Amino acid sequence: MAAFLMPALGADMESAKVAQWLVKPGDRVKPGDVVAVVETHKGAIDVEIFLDGVIDELAPIDESLPVGAVLAQVRQADAPPPQAAREPPPGTAVAPAGRLRISPAARRRALALGLDLATLRASCVDGAVTLADVTSAASMSAPAPVRPGGFDPAQMRQAIAAAMSRSKREIPHYYLTDSIDFTAASVWLERWNLDKPPQQRLLGAVLLLKATARALVEFPQFNGFTDDGRFRPGPGIHVGWAIALRGGGLVAPAIHDAERHTLPELMGALRDLVQRARAGGLRSSELTDPTITVTSLGERGAQSVLGVIYPPQVAIVGFGRVVQQPWVVDGQVRVRSVIASSLAGDHRVSDGHLGGLLLGAINQALQSPETL
Amino acid sequence: MNAAEILHLATNVLAGIAPEADLTQVRGNEDLREALDLDSMDFLNFVIGLGQGSGVAIPESDYPRLFTLDQLVAYLLAHGAQAGPSGG
Repeated sequence: MAAFLMPALGADMESAKVAQWLVKPGDRVKPGDVVAVVETHKGAIDVEIFLDGVIDELAPIDESLPVGAVLAQVRQADAPPPQAAREPPPGTAVAPAGRLRISPAARRRALALGLDLATLRASCVDGAVTLADVTSAASMSAPAPVRPGGFDPAQMRQAIAAAMSRSKREIPHYYLTDSIDFTAASVWLERWNLDKPPQQRLLGAVLLLKATARALVEFPQFNGFTDDGRFRPGPGIHVGWAIALRGGGLVAPAIHDAERHTLPELMGALRDLVQRARAGGLRSSELTDPTITVTSLGERGAQSVLGVIYPPQVAIVGFGRVVQQPWVVDGQVRVRSVIASSLAGDHRVSDGHLGGLLLGAINQALQSPETL
Repeated sequence: MNAAEILHLATNVLAGIAPEADLTQVRGNEDLREALDLDSMDFLNFVIGLGQGSGVAIPESDYPRLFTLDQLVAYLLAHGAQAGPSGG
C-alpha cells in the first residue's frame, strides 16, 4: 500500500480541493496517469500519479486539503487486497443477491444520476441502500458534467505575492543585462515561415526557448534548485515558460527536456501549453518540474525585463520585445533587430561572471538559428 | 463569403481566443491586438482560424493587413473567401 498525496504545485501552494476524480476505486493506475482534477489558485490542474497499482480510498471532492494530505491509497497490482479492503467494514451489510433493497428516495436519485443500481452498496446494517449511499456512490463514480477551468484572480494574486515575497526575502539576486542582435534569427524565421501554412509557422519565442535550453547544457549551474541554500542540479532542462493569463496573473509551466526538441516540436508544445494555461488543464508535473524560468515579453511587451526568481529555482532569464535599433557592424552603423536579454541569478549558487557567460552562450546560439 | 459572413467568422474566431472580450465594443478601424490584448501566439491562432474558415492562404507578410476588422474584411473579400468546413 502506498499513499497518493496532494502534490505541492509550486512554492506558492498550501492547499487545494479535488474537483473531480477521473478514476474509480479499484481502477488500475500507472505512473503518469492523470487521476484527478485539482482546483488551485492556478486554475484546474490535472494531477498525475507516480505509483503503480490499484487505487482505492479516494478523498472526498470539494474539500480543502493541505499539501501532503492523503488523496488515495494505491495497492500493488499483483498483491492481494488486504483483509480490511476485501471484507466490508463492521456494520456494513451487502444486499442479498437477487433483489436490491433500496429506499424509494434513493432509487429516484440513483436513476436521476444515471447510476447502475446493481453497483450500489448499503452502508447500514439492514442492507438497504439509502439516499446517503447513492450520494456517496455518485460522488465517487460520476464525472462532473463540466470540466472545471479558469482560476480566481484574487487567489492567484495572493499566491504570486507569497512566492515573490519569499523570493525577495530569501534569494540574494544579482542581475545582468545584454543586447542581442536578433537580425539573423528574424531573417531565418521569415524564410522558414514563407512557404508554410500558418499552423506550421514558428514564433521568435521558440528560438529564444531553444537557445536558452542549449546554453543551459553548457552552464548547468543555472538549471536546478536550492535546498537550504545549497544547489541541487535539475534532473533535466525543464524550462518554465512564463505565460500571462487574461484577467491578470501568470503561470510558468514546464516544457520538459527543451534542449532535445526540434523547433516545430517546441512550437507545438508552447501552443498547447498557452492554451491549457488559459483554459485549465495543466498537468501537475508541469507545475512541479520547472528547473528555471524564461520570460519573454513578446512583440507588444516592454523593451526589457529583470525577473524575480521563482523559488526554489536559482535563475530566471528574460527577453524584451524585438526593436529596430542602430547597431555597429564592421565599423558601420546599421539598423538591426535587437532584443534585450537579462539574467537574475541566485548569488548563493553562482556569480555574475558565470551569468555573463550564460547570456553570451544564448546570444551565440541565436546567431546561428539554423543550428537550433 | 460576403462582408457580413467574414465579420461573423472573425468574431467567432476571436471569441475562441479572447472569450472574455466584448467584441461589440471593438470599432472597425481599431487595432485588434491593442483592443483585445492579443499577443503573437493569439494573433497566429487568429490567422489560422481566418485561413481555415475562409480558405484563403494568408502569408506572414500580409499580417499587417489583418490588424483591424475593416482591413481584414476587405482583404478576405479581395482574396475570394469561401465558407470552409469550419467557417461561420
